[in-house]
Amino acid sequence: MTEPKPFVDIRNAQKSYGALEVLKDISLQVARGEIVAIIGPSGSGKSTLLRAINDLDPLTGGDVWLEDTQINKKLPHRQYEKHINQVRQNIGMVFQHFNLFPHLSVRENVTLAPKLLKGLSDDEAEELAREQLEKVGLIDRIDYYPSRLSGGQKQRVAIARALAMKPKVMLFDEATSALDPELVEEVNLVMKKLAEEHMTMIIVTHEMGFAETVCDRVIFMDKGVVVEEGPPSKIFRNPDNERTQNFLRKHLANANR
Amino acid sequence: MGLDFTVVPAHIDIILLGCLWTIAIAVAAAILSFFGGIVFAVIALYGPWIIRLPFRLLEWVFMGTPLLLQLFLIYFGLVQIGIDLPAFVAGIIGLGLHFAVYNSELIQTAILSVDKGQMEAARTVGLSRGQALRKVVVPQAVRAVIPPIGNNMIALLKDSALVSVIGVSELTLSAQLAIGRTYRPFEFYVLAAAVYYVINLGMEAVQRRIERRIAAAR
Repeated sequence: MTEPKPFVDIRNAQKSYGALEVLKDISLQVARGEIVAIIGPSGSGKSTLLRAINDLDPLTGGDVWLEDTQINKKLPHRQYEKHINQVRQNIGMVFQHFNLFPHLSVRENVTLAPKLLKGLSDDEAEELAREQLEKVGLIDRIDYYPSRLSGGQKQRVAIARALAMKPKVMLFDEATSALDPELVEEVNLVMKKLAEEHMTMIIVTHEMGFAETVCDRVIFMDKGVVVEEGPPSKIFRNPDNERTQNFLRKHLANANR
Repeated sequence: MGLDFTVVPAHIDIILLGCLWTIAIAVAAAILSFFGGIVFAVIALYGPWIIRLPFRLLEWVFMGTPLLLQLFLIYFGLVQIGIDLPAFVAGIIGLGLHFAVYNSELIQTAILSVDKGQMEAARTVGLSRGQALRKVVVPQAVRAVIPPIGNNMIALLKDSALVSVIGVSELTLSAQLAIGRTYRPFEFYVLAAAVYYVINLGMEAVQRRIERRIAAAR
């Protein structure tokens, strides 16, 4: 039997800033509909790896594929720009600090890209905005500006904004790390809902509980390499590698403090 | 010869016409300086060097030399290379570009102070760099600089008096015309000063309205 073809395929990813090697020959395959958590201490390169997927932090070596398209193609500048703008429409990204557009209303945040890039009419855009905001439970905030939203609400709008482009894969870069503890759950719920809809997701997170309940696979990274990977039950309950054990022990100690 | 403001009503039509010219020139130059400032700022920050360098040069000229001289150059000088502009057009271009350079400085700083996550977020939904600048970064920068740009616009209004020297019969020149007829410099200069002040109040009111609208959208 042949393996199913990977949906997101990272091959021999390398990244260095001068002498500092942040990613050391990492390969990672994600299947369609799979939900993968990337955990690890800060500075382990997990965010860099995530940001390499849509070429926000270009790799210095290796390549990244989404289905049959190489994302980090070497092209002349103009062609590359065209290519990457096209590719990024298929990859939703959610940031730690939300990065909502503060000068636009919630509605406009969600519809800016679809209107500009897909030529949606006002009516179509309105429908899309309502549909996405319904999904994240913020339809009643459609006319608000971001400054009037709580952190959790901002992050849910950011998710709606990413979903509005109908991406094939969603990247979450510590989506709940900047939130007050009581606001984490509402964002997690939205992410769980996406998981139930079989959205392909790659999630960089510090929340082991969430990773354990929602993700199909957990990648533990340290110092620019994948130390260990496997199903959450294995990684969290019975990790093989000493570094994984140490990390989780420290993390638990912090969480219980 | 004491002061006698009763001569004013007979010549109020000249003053009012001058007032209209001043408002028209100031508004046109203000609009030019605003959009010119945005264009200059984007070129200065993101333009390829081949465009950036000539603009840099233009910037030095407009910042480093007197506005009066620039007006002379645009109105009298350009004729020699075949560009014969009507005086009020030369005035609008001179004033507009001069203040565009000052506005550009403000807008550049504001663009650089927009959080870089904004550009990233715009790029990740698929916007090109140009679209991201136009729709996300520049609008935020412009909102941040409306108050200091307002100050520049008040300076622009006052400096529009210089346009009188290339023969545009705006407020200052109109006052001089009235003085030529009546030999009453004090009365008409005071009147002109008062009119400038009133126009300024109007501009401030407009600026406050814009600021309030922006504040509402935050």
